[in-house]
Amino acid sequence: MSADNSLTRAQCNDLRTVAAMIVPASDEYKVPGADDPAIQADILATLGRDTRLVAVALDHLARLAGQPLAELDAERRDTVAREFRRSGGAAAATLTRVVLQCYYRDDRVLRSLGLELRAPFPKGYVLPDGDWSLLDPVKARGGTLRRAPTI
Amino acid sequence: MTKDPVDVLIIGAGASGAAVAWSLAETKMHILCLEQGGWMNPAEYPSTGRDWEAKFYGEWSSSPNIRARPEDYPVNDDNSPIKVVNYNAVGGSTVMYTAHWPRLHPSDFKVKTLDGVADDWPIDYDALTPFFEENDRMMGTSGLSGDPLSPLTHPPMPQQPMGLSGAIIGKAMNKLGWHWWPSDTTVATTDYEGRARCINLGHCTPACAQGAKSSTDITYWPHAVRAGVELRTHCRVREITTDENGMATGVVYYDKDGVEQFQPAHVVIIACNGVGTPRLLLNSKSDRFPNGLANSSGLVGKNLMFHPYAQIYGYVKEPTDSNRAPPTCLWSKEWYDTDLSRGFVRGYGVQFVRGAGPVFEAVVSEQKGILPWGEDHHRVFRKLNGHRLGFSAICEDLPEEHNQVTLDPVLKDSHGIPAPKIDYTISENSRKMMDHALARGREVLEMAGATDICVNSPIPWGGWHLLGTARMGTDPNKSVVNEWGRAHDVKNLFIVDGSIFVTSGGVNPTSTIQALALYIADQMKQRLANLFD
Repeated sequence: MSADNSLTRAQCNDLRTVAAMIVPASDEYKVPGADDPAIQADILATLGRDTRLVAVALDHLARLAGQPLAELDAERRDTVAREFRRSGGAAAATLTRVVLQCYYRDDRVLRSLGLELRAPFPKGYVLPDGDWSLLDPVKARGGTLRRAPTI
Repeated sequence: MTKDPVDVLIIGAGASGAAVAWSLAETKMHILCLEQGGWMNPAEYPSTGRDWEAKFYGEWSSSPNIRARPEDYPVNDDNSPIKVVNYNAVGGSTVMYTAHWPRLHPSDFKVKTLDGVADDWPIDYDALTPFFEENDRMMGTSGLSGDPLSPLTHPPMPQQPMGLSGAIIGKAMNKLGWHWWPSDTTVATTDYEGRARCINLGHCTPACAQGAKSSTDITYWPHAVRAGVELRTHCRVREITTDENGMATGVVYYDKDGVEQFQPAHVVIIACNGVGTPRLLLNSKSDRFPNGLANSSGLVGKNLMFHPYAQIYGYVKEPTDSNRAPPTCLWSKEWYDTDLSRGFVRGYGVQFVRGAGPVFEAVVSEQKGILPWGEDHHRVFRKLNGHRLGFSAICEDLPEEHNQVTLDPVLKDSHGIPAPKIDYTISENSRKMMDHALARGREVLEMAGATDICVNSPIPWGGWHLLGTARMGTDPNKSVVNEWGRAHDVKNLFIVDGSIFVTSGGVNPTSTIQALALYIADQMKQRLANLFD
């Protein structure tokens, strides 16, 4: 594991490979994979307090793979990934979460999902008021509060 | 240099501390509040950035252990299936709450009489009624008056929009013939007392940049400060000191520079929540109070109640409100009262959940195993995202002495003050209640057409409600404070937060906590001439 607050080159390579296994690119949905350079750059730039656990996860992945993940054949890579998810604990969950939280804020991905490319504030969103006549059956049924003795 | 004594010293500027400070301000006494956190800056709230969801996993986590801001103290909750969540700042956990605003029911105050379990409160609902009303005006509530299965309320603002999710839930509940109603909330649906109306920033639990969600830093505190209350931030109290007569003399605290200070006071009020309050009392040992302050009953820290949450959710074909609305909009009291044919005593309230944002959806669904890695990820994600509906049951937790807050022998905060340790198990009665709730929730979701149904029972990071650890009562052997909040053992020490709850009810407690704080302040004002008799 790297000693400082960053990942080694080998760890970065494995991160890129496993990210593509989590979310591959899709022509059908016109989205990049999570190994896309911009998404990878976002992940590395914002690792922050997650760096230690992500490094632990990547070390675990490296032990399971025995060599750079990208050099394994597809079948072996899938086997390693299954074992990583099974045995990786909080570190593996953190790595996966870090990949997903950067992937699902990428402009191309949000556009594909039909979501607006902005922070919620200050514009907010509009919500339909709804048909409050739906409450009529509840009102018609009525009911009473359970009685309680008073002091 | 010795500081001048203040008349009243309040510890904690959250829900109850703010309410009691505002109420006592009219006495013109010198009132000082010490708060370990600082004032919040809404410009830095998560919804102002594109990375708003990622922040929930770090600096805006609801867990103080994950968040680990300098203002937070650690909690050893390894021995509890439910983890403590809170927020430490001016406004306290009202900065980070769902703003769901039910009250305890009248029957919740008489549990022993009605159901033969736990204990009755020494006060009843009627004693709190005027303070519920006053608090609703101060916090600014929205809702629809007239729910047949809830205490009568008079929200000054109309209810939140039903939205897409509310309509789906309402139709399903109607088909099943079950009660539902728009929730009372502290989300402003119109401009109100200087607060702008809700614009659906959509994830208002971790703070509202619009200021539409009520938190006491923007409701009570501006009024209290204007009325002369002094609020000193970044001041962490270590212990309450006492004299040879057993009266509180003041507190030792660390100021914003970490320097130890002594602040003398004639009256001390604790408002630190059901974990922070027993921690402080247990840390205030002395020769006269060797087991902790106000602890002659041995009940300080005992009877911790959390409200185990049984949550079930699923995905419908129609779009839901996702993250584009406050998270809660409707409640149900269908299963609130005791019906022994269900196999348990007492009951639960339900809050329906509108949906989730894309990052949360992806992360949680991957962990649940319903969102795959690889080629099929995109198809499945599009089926899940923006289609979630949730049902969360707030199960009444009965008091049990083995559920407790003690001091951790090793863990300390950044000032070296021993941290709280939680020992908690979910009772058999609660387990049965949670299972019942999950079965009802499944029926609702299936009636709504939901698939891919998932369960969180309990919600692990669901220890929002911290109750019961310094309970009120008339018998000093069976309670920590009397029926108006004064410690039995220390006649100038008061507690006004959720720790004085005798039982927990099956609803979010903040409305009742604040009504209690206002009630105790009123009792103090009526007795000022003989407060220590």
